[in-house]
Amino acid sequence: MSTHTAETAGQPESQGLKHYLRNHMREYGLLFALIAIMVFFQAVTGGTLLRPVNITNLFLQNSYVIIMALGMLIVIVSGNIDLSVGSVLGFIGALAAVMIVHWGWSVPLTIITCLIVGGLIGAAQGYWVAYWSIPSFIVTLAGMLVFRGASLWLLQGQSVGPFPPGFQMLSTGFVPDLFPAAMTAGLAEIAGSRNFNLLAMAVGIIAAVAIVWLGLRERARDKAYGIEGEPANFFWVRNAIVCGALLFLTYKIATFRGLPNVLVTMGVLIIIYAFITQKTVIGRRIYALGGNRKAAKLSGIKTERLTFLAFVNMGVLAALAGLVFAARLNTATPKAGFGMELDVIAAVFIGGASMAGGSGKIVGAVVGAFIMGVMNNGMSIMGIGIDYQQMIKGLVLLAAVIFDVYNKSKQG
Amino acid sequence: MTLLLEMRGITKEFPGVKALDQVNLQVREGEIHAICGENGAGKSTLMKVLSGVYPVGSYDGEIHYDGHLAEFKTLRDSEERGIVIIHQELALVPQLSIAENIFLGNERQTGGVIQWQETFRRTEELLAKVGLRDAPGTLVDSIGVGKQQLVEIAKALSKDVKLLILDEPTAALQENDSRKLLDLMLELKAQGVTCIIISHKLNEVRYVADTVTVIRDGMAVSELDASQGLSEDRIVRDMVGRDMSQRYPDRNRRAGEVVMAVKDWNVWHPEHAERQVIKNISFNVRAGEVVGIAGVMGSGRTELAMSIFGQSWGRGISGEVSLHGKPIDVSKVDRAIDAGLAYVTEDRKSLGLILDESIRFNTTLANLNGVSDKGVLNEAEETDVAERYRKALATRTPTVMQKVGNLSGGNQQKVVLAKWLFTEPEVLILDEPTRGIDVGAKYEIYSIINELSAQGKAVVMISSEMPELLGMCDRIYVMNEGAFVGELSAEEASQERIMSLIVSE
Repeated sequence: MSTHTAETAGQPESQGLKHYLRNHMREYGLLFALIAIMVFFQAVTGGTLLRPVNITNLFLQNSYVIIMALGMLIVIVSGNIDLSVGSVLGFIGALAAVMIVHWGWSVPLTIITCLIVGGLIGAAQGYWVAYWSIPSFIVTLAGMLVFRGASLWLLQGQSVGPFPPGFQMLSTGFVPDLFPAAMTAGLAEIAGSRNFNLLAMAVGIIAAVAIVWLGLRERARDKAYGIEGEPANFFWVRNAIVCGALLFLTYKIATFRGLPNVLVTMGVLIIIYAFITQKTVIGRRIYALGGNRKAAKLSGIKTERLTFLAFVNMGVLAALAGLVFAARLNTATPKAGFGMELDVIAAVFIGGASMAGGSGKIVGAVVGAFIMGVMNNGMSIMGIGIDYQQMIKGLVLLAAVIFDVYNKSKQG
Repeated sequence: MTLLLEMRGITKEFPGVKALDQVNLQVREGEIHAICGENGAGKSTLMKVLSGVYPVGSYDGEIHYDGHLAEFKTLRDSEERGIVIIHQELALVPQLSIAENIFLGNERQTGGVIQWQETFRRTEELLAKVGLRDAPGTLVDSIGVGKQQLVEIAKALSKDVKLLILDEPTAALQENDSRKLLDLMLELKAQGVTCIIISHKLNEVRYVADTVTVIRDGMAVSELDASQGLSEDRIVRDMVGRDMSQRYPDRNRRAGEVVMAVKDWNVWHPEHAERQVIKNISFNVRAGEVVGIAGVMGSGRTELAMSIFGQSWGRGISGEVSLHGKPIDVSKVDRAIDAGLAYVTEDRKSLGLILDESIRFNTTLANLNGVSDKGVLNEAEETDVAERYRKALATRTPTVMQKVGNLSGGNQQKVVLAKWLFTEPEVLILDEPTRGIDVGAKYEIYSIINELSAQGKAVVMISSEMPELLGMCDRIYVMNEGAFVGELSAEEASQERIMSLIVSE
């Protein structure tokens, strides 16, 4: 009966919006879920959630989860999983602390060494997964235990700190405003805040314009090939919401201290990884690998090497997250990153990736991480205990996946 | 004879599609009734209505079975009345024994404790009925597909089956296993079991069927009585709705220079190191030539192709592959592709396609460098390429962004072909290129193959269907137990010649 479905599925305008919405429920659903959650917590926290200082905090608090979610998405799309990232994050933080505080290494040397060590850790795990076909669940479960133990051993069970200011800048620093103070002072007056970071606002505006411009270009291309894309009204409403939210957030940030360094790092990484996964040959091959490993291999794709590289990449990102995390706490503790792999994995699944591999998007993983982050933050402001928080987060993860499966069965 | 089953005016609609339209089906007691039709004609839907997978109320029309109006709500309801379906994809658990599989869900038990002795004794009786001599404790994993099919039938018999429905039972079987199965059907008929068989293979239908119902586009278009003689051409005509005097398109035979030559090819089994699977095979294929490889399943045809294509199968591979007289490196799939080889796999769903992705995604997958610049994909160019092959191969789809999982078998095969054509190969190895594809689409695939050879490509075609090889190939190598046992030109080749070469070894 498959012939019938193929020949009737594409009746363009007749079923129109409803049909389109049904097939793209997931993407819109995710966006609206994030907005709904933000509106909800904004209301119940009496406006605390979206205060400039809290928005800045939200980014800082979630940066390491998001950085790792980028790598985790690739690992999961390739059909694997990495349970060790929380432990690796802790281990690299500990290593950085020992290098700087005990051995007196310089900050740049420490950072470079730590990233390399992260890559090596990823390589050590990826090797067994890729070339020996040992299930990644088992290899990285072992890694999780090994590196948890290794951080304890490195730190001798103690907290090590503090870090020099140069290192702390990784996470708690802000990008200074490039615009003359005279200009920004006037704007601050209008905004009614102590200062106004014009650079942050400018970046927000440029980003919004770029999003719309790229979207329009894509639409024009699809149209030229007669590919049925997003209906025009959907496109504009979605972009209005995304850009509105973006401008609103950057405005708020601008009235506080401007762009946090880590937000810039994160933003650049998100763009790079979205580009790699969607627009490059290697990205395409990762989806093919996760979609059907045997077919990918018989199409000339070096599946082992790709799997290996996915883990190396994950290791480097986990190391970067470890540095950011240590810099933020200004100390390395043996408990750092405990259980964080679950937050990262949850973010990727909430973001629409499939356990079986082959599907999922960077943007989804980032939104998924923010959904978790806003809930954490909002519930903490409300003073909800950690007990309830965990239960609620667990149920949200389950609900997101059920929603996914339900949608798929509807599409048939 | 009395009617065992009468389905009257069955209409079943899915959103936007009328899968069945006023279908009537009459099955007499004790006959073998064949249902023929192209993929997507509605055969399986009809059987799902009959067996209660689509419960009463979800379709229009009436089913009379065994003298009563039947209103099945679930599969269990129909099984209780003695209707058992054996599906195309076998529903056995490979890690369990034959006996465990036969009584799965129907265990011989007292108070939840399985009575192993009785289970084994009953299993032996049932296996004897279907002519299997394996021990009841044998793991299903360790017996071949042909025997697994027989286990399925034994399982059906264990349920006191009155009406046995076999959906494409021989699709995965080799010639002599198919024959055994068909003979078993005739035997069951003699014991009073009524059978419905759904099949593409018209020679098999002719062999066993008493009556044939042909379904096309959700309608029963004809009922043919075997006692008045069944003509395959008539069945084919009814199936496709047009006269198909020719099942194979004409081809101009014009072989040029030798393109690919394989010399002294030896391959050992990847797990059983002592088993040599390919024994000293040498062959060649010329430009513009279609060369067939005939042989029963398990003779090593697929293993030969896959070992040549990037050593994707086997170990201890030795021998030489040359293209235009120069040795080439085929030790990795990407190197084989670069050298100019393409291999269309036997199993397109699990080895050829990424079903969740679009036609465009699949079309460019084996040659992403052809649609990218410095590692960055040019999606506009990808769409161009996919569109070009969609038109060239007449793939029926609204757009190239359609998921390939939603396409019919024939259209999926065209996507696989498009993928390999885009790598611009000189040699195309086609492994069972028309398996599970309906008659009309087969003709289209044959035409594509002819066109490729007319363009000067060298084509190697592996097939279990001898008429297909005879109809398409300029030269046929006969393979048996890992070695080539003969080579026949198109003029010399006949089914009898090929079989006798296989048997004489």
